[in-house]
Amino acid sequence: MLDQQYDVKSSVTILPPAISSLEIESMDDPDSTLQPQSSVSGKAKLRVQGFNFYYGPVQALFTVDMDIPEHQVTAFIGPSGCGKSTLLRCMNRLNDLIEGARHEGNILIDNMDIFDPMIDITDLRKRVGMVFQKSNPFPKSIHENVAYGPRLQGLKNRTVLDEIVERSLRGAGLWEEVKDRLHKSALGLSGGQQQRLCIARALAVKPDVLLMDEPCSALDPIATGIIEELLFSLKKELTVVIVTHNMQQAARVSDCTAFMYLGRLIEFGRTKQLFTNPSNKQTEDYITGRFG
Amino acid sequence: MASGELFIWGCGAGLALSLFMIAGLLVLILVNGFGYFWPADLVELTLKDGKHVVGQLAGEEVGPKGVPRIRMKIGNRDLYGLDYRWINTDQIVERATPADLVMVERREWGNFYGRIRTLTKEDQTVVEGVEAVWQSLPALIREVESSEGNSPYALLVVDANGREKSIGLSQVVRVLRPNALSTLGKVWVYVGNVWMVLTTEPREANTEGGIFPAIFGTVMMVLIMSLVVTPFGVIGALYLREYARQGVIVRIVRIAVNNLAGVPSIVFGVFGLGFFVYGVGGTIDALFFSDRLPTPTFGTGGILWASLTLALLTVPVVIVATEEGLAAVPREYREGSIGLGATKWETIWKVVLPTALPGILTGLILAMARAAGEVAPLMLTGVVKLAPALPIDWTWPFLHLDRKFMHLGFHIYDVGFQSPNVEAAKPMVYVTTLVLILVVVTLNLTGIVLRNRMRRKYAGSAV
Repeated sequence: MLDQQYDVKSSVTILPPAISSLEIESMDDPDSTLQPQSSVSGKAKLRVQGFNFYYGPVQALFTVDMDIPEHQVTAFIGPSGCGKSTLLRCMNRLNDLIEGARHEGNILIDNMDIFDPMIDITDLRKRVGMVFQKSNPFPKSIHENVAYGPRLQGLKNRTVLDEIVERSLRGAGLWEEVKDRLHKSALGLSGGQQQRLCIARALAVKPDVLLMDEPCSALDPIATGIIEELLFSLKKELTVVIVTHNMQQAARVSDCTAFMYLGRLIEFGRTKQLFTNPSNKQTEDYITGRFG
Repeated sequence: MASGELFIWGCGAGLALSLFMIAGLLVLILVNGFGYFWPADLVELTLKDGKHVVGQLAGEEVGPKGVPRIRMKIGNRDLYGLDYRWINTDQIVERATPADLVMVERREWGNFYGRIRTLTKEDQTVVEGVEAVWQSLPALIREVESSEGNSPYALLVVDANGREKSIGLSQVVRVLRPNALSTLGKVWVYVGNVWMVLTTEPREANTEGGIFPAIFGTVMMVLIMSLVVTPFGVIGALYLREYARQGVIVRIVRIAVNNLAGVPSIVFGVFGLGFFVYGVGGTIDALFFSDRLPTPTFGTGGILWASLTLALLTVPVVIVATEEGLAAVPREYREGSIGLGATKWETIWKVVLPTALPGILTGLILAMARAAGEVAPLMLTGVVKLAPALPIDWTWPFLHLDRKFMHLGFHIYDVGFQSPNVEAAKPMVYVTTLVLILVVVTLNLTGIVLRNRMRRKYAGSAV
C-alpha cells in the first residue's frame, strides 16, 4: 500500500513543474471555468465561497466553491501542488502566518465568516482542529501534550485535566497503549502513536471540525489502518476533512471526495460516485492512474 | 596528493599539536599548583666554608659556567633579606634532613626555617628543652586565636648558623616539623593546606594565605552577570528571530551584534567606567546618597558595575546562541501550538522557548567561561587587590553590590607581576591559576549537566 502511494506521488509530480504560473493564467479560458457541482446532500458545516488564495504574486487557489457536509469525512485528492493543503490550512487560518499571503472570497463555518475581523482567531482554531502531515508532538510528556490545549483555555483543575486527557486519548485509540507512561516523553512513542497523540491533542479542545493534512503519509500500513478506523468513530462526533495522496485511502475512508488540480476544484461529489462514475475527464484520468 | 591525504595528515598534525600544547599547559599548572601544598622536607646543607644552610629544595640546573647548582628556599626574609639562594653543588659537603628542623609559618616575613630553642613569656624563659616546647606549642597557638591575636609568649628560635631570633606567638600561624612527619601526616598537612587556601584571606600582600575572597568575588560576579545577561540576551534574540520583520535592518543589527563580540574587552571596561560608574553610579549618588558626597557610594567601581560591564561584553554570545536555538525549533511545533488556539506569545512561551532552552544554556555557558577569565574591564570597574569585606555579609542590606571585590584573574596579575617579592609569590600564581581554571570548569560543568538533564528530560529514545 505504501509503495502504491509513492507511485502515485512520483508519477504525478512530473506534471506541475512543466507549467509555470503564467501558463496557469493563460489556461484560464472559458472552457475550464465551467464550475463543478459544489455541494452534496447533507447539512453543510463548512462553506467555501468563491475562494481565491495567493502566496505573494502566485495564485494558489482559483475560485473554489464547496460545501463540506457535517459529520462526514471529506477527502481532498489531487496531484502535488494542486492546492489541497493550502485550502485545508485556510480553514483554520493557519496560512495567516505566511508573509505575503492573501485571499479573496469567504469560508463560512456554521454560516459564520472565519475571516470576519470580529471573530476571535484562537476561538476559531479551537473549533477547527488540525493534524499535520508530520506528527509533531511537543517535546513534553504525553499528558502535557494532550493537556496543552485545555491549559491554554485556562483550565487548571487537575482532575478535570486528567479526565480530558483520558477521554481524548481514548478517542484517539491510544489510551490502552500509553496509560502507564502518561508522564514519559511523547517523543518516545512510535510514529503511528505520535500521530494518534496529535489527534488526541486536537480532540482535547473539543473541536467541531478536524482537518487532517496527509496524516498517514509517513506511517506504515498497520498504523495507517488504525488511523483510518479511527476516522469512522470520529465522524460521529465531528466533521473530518482529510487531504491524502493515496486514492485507495480516500475511497476507503471518505464519504465525499473533492478532486483538485492546479488550484481549481475539478470535481466534488459522493466518494462512491466520484470513483466509479466521475463526471469529469480529468478526474477519471487521475483516479485511473492515466494521468501524466 | 590528489586524494587529499596530505591535507588530512596536516589537519591531524595541527589538531595533535594544539591538544599537546593545551595538555602541557594544564600539566604545568596542575603540577606546580598542586605541588605548592605539599610539605617538602627541610634540608640542611653543610658547605665547604663550614656554614650551614637550611631550606626547601626549589630546583636544580646547570649554572652559567657549566657548574651544576641547586636553588634553595631559605626563608627567614627578616634575617637574610632573600627567600631563595643558589648554591653550587661542588660547595656542598653534606646533605641531611634532621627531624628537629622546624618550619614556622608567620604572619609577616614569610616562613622561618631553623630550630626551636625555648619558649619565653615577657622575656622570661618559661619552657626549656626542644621537645617540651614542641609539646606545649599547639595549645598555645590555639589560645592566640581565641584571644584575638594577642599572646604574651614568644618563641626563641635559631637559624642554621645559630643566629637567634624571637618570634612572638601572635605572629605564628603554624609550626611544622616536615622531616618528622610520616607520609600520612604529610597528606594530612597537604589537605589542611588546600583547605586553608580555599577558605582563608590572603596575607603578606597576597603572596601567602588563602584566596577565598577572590574565589568568592569571581563566582559572585559571574552569577550576577548571568542573571543580567540571560534575560537581555534571550529577549533580544526573541525579538530578532520571532518578531522583527526580517530585512536589511535586522541583518545589520545581527552583524553589529556579532561584531560586538569582537570588540577588545578593555574598550568595554572604559565604557563601563564612563557609563555605569560615572554616569549611572554618579546619578544614583546625587539622587540617593547626596549626604555622603563627595565620598562616592555607587559612583565608584563595584561588583555590580563590573558584572554589568561583563554582561554587556557577553550579551552577543547569548544572543547568537539563543537565535540559533530558536531557529532550530521545528516549524511543526509552532504550527501545532497555533493550531490548538495558542497565541504567538503562548506558543513562544510554552513550546518554542522550552525547546530552545538547551541552546540558550549553551550560550550562557560560553558567556560564563568568557566572563570568568576576563580581567581588563574589571580593573576599571571595581576589582581591587585587597578588598576589606566580601560583597555579602551579615549587616543590612546583606548584599552590598556597591562594594569592590577581588577576582582570581586579577589576583594572578597582582600577585605574579605587582608584588614586591615576585619570587616568593610564584607558587601562589600557580595555585591561583589552578583555582581559576577549576572555578571555570565547575561553572561550565554545572551548566552542561543542567543542559543535558534538560535534553534528556523529553528527548525520547525515538529521536
